[in-house]
Amino acid sequence: MSSRRARIQARPPVPLIALAVVGVSLFAVPLIGLAMQTPWTDLLTLLNGDIVRDAIWLSLLSATGATAIAFVLGVPLAWVLARVEFPGKSLIRGLVLLPLVLPPVVGGAALLFALGRRGVAGEPIYELTGLVLPFSTWGVVVAATFVAMPFLVITVEGALHNLDGKFEGAAATLGAGKWTVLRRVTLPMIAPSLISGLVLTWARALGEFGATITFAGNLQGRTQTLPLAVFVALETDRDTAVALSLGMVAISLAVLVVLRDRWWRSL
Amino acid sequence: MRRLLIVALAVLGLVACGTGSSNRDQVLVSAAASLTDAFAVIETEFELDHLDLDIVINHGGSSALREQILAGAPVDVFASANPVTMTQVLDEGFVVGDLVVFAVNSMAIAVPFGNPAGVIGLDDFADDAFLVGLCAQGVPCGDFARSVLANAGVDPAPDTNEPDVRALLTKIEAGELDTGIVYATDIAARADAVSGIDIAAEFNVRAEYPIAVLAEGENREGAEEFVSFVLSTRGQSILAEFGFAKP
Repeated sequence: MSSRRARIQARPPVPLIALAVVGVSLFAVPLIGLAMQTPWTDLLTLLNGDIVRDAIWLSLLSATGATAIAFVLGVPLAWVLARVEFPGKSLIRGLVLLPLVLPPVVGGAALLFALGRRGVAGEPIYELTGLVLPFSTWGVVVAATFVAMPFLVITVEGALHNLDGKFEGAAATLGAGKWTVLRRVTLPMIAPSLISGLVLTWARALGEFGATITFAGNLQGRTQTLPLAVFVALETDRDTAVALSLGMVAISLAVLVVLRDRWWRSL
Repeated sequence: MRRLLIVALAVLGLVACGTGSSNRDQVLVSAAASLTDAFAVIETEFELDHLDLDIVINHGGSSALREQILAGAPVDVFASANPVTMTQVLDEGFVVGDLVVFAVNSMAIAVPFGNPAGVIGLDDFADDAFLVGLCAQGVPCGDFARSVLANAGVDPAPDTNEPDVRALLTKIEAGELDTGIVYATDIAARADAVSGIDIAAEFNVRAEYPIAVLAEGENREGAEEFVSFVLSTRGQSILAEFGFAKP
């Protein structure tokens, strides 16, 4: 067995290697293109403009807000999906995972028709509270939560499934209440998955574009996140757009570094 | 692993069949978002006359289309809503032959059907009490809207700067925005969903739409046929149906 594996490693099939190289260049070439367009000497000045600063601040704020909401709502949802049996469960799971495959712009349009001030849910909210979600920073947070929360739910649900129940059972036998077991045993045991789920959620929220521009609109300082600023700057100021894009690449790389133990070393 | 490979090959096969079954030559047309409806009819009529050609229309904000062209997209024809974006494409050497203005548009105020918020005119664009949308700066409809507002001496307070005119119209139609400035043709096209308020001629702008055949295209002959159809009497009467004025 081991000798066979050694032989395969010694002579990798050429067509496979060739396809793999093509595959990798699909990811590498766009980055090279971006780097070649970058006005490196003016980069700091460009990144210090008020559009860029507003967009970075708003993106960090809304991604963090969305992650916080996803944590508060998503962990209980994952727990219910992993631990409670009820009819129609697969339907609910499908619903939760839908934003993963739905084009974000469709999600944004759906949010607009549901939560806009003329929407099914938005109209009563508007009449009761005067709160208008579209064109507000809250709208950005809602759009980001909509597209990003499924990442947290699937990660945490998977971890809960794989968790050996005997530790929780032991804690319960020793007299711990259900809430204590959840807080002191279950959550700490799934902590690595929970953290990577939160990072993924945050990263997805940070990169959100389609649902945000469709639902929340685009206004500097209020709803214009980094991806929206890149998109709009492409129309008027390509250098700023490239500088912003480079900033997003840097943040994405940072996310991968944070997750390196989780993904790279386990392979 | 083997099963995965078979699935991948099957998918590739399907894709190959999908593209192989059409033996018409494609003409890729990048057209400004405001031309969407008119060009859909022009495409149908043109293809009835030219059974060997398949018009494929790529709609978007004119400046986004310009970026695609400057990045080397194999576009055969560019129909822009703004002479400036077209001139930039020309200056970079991407245009074959001449620019021709094929249609003229103007701007109008759009409000949700029946004008529920009671918008009266351009002055309301400075009023924070209204939810106001404009196209973003750099997009023709955004630049035109700002020229109109500047002509009227209004300093707008927009709640959103939309990436193109369709996105702006969608939010007005849904009643989420109280008002916005769009092309006069958009109001003609969506008369069942939006109401229009005319802008006084002294403040309004004349939006010229240039069209050109592009050098990076792969079907020069088809591109020229399409452009001459747009400029023909039939092409012009279709454009007139959608509210465009003759150049």
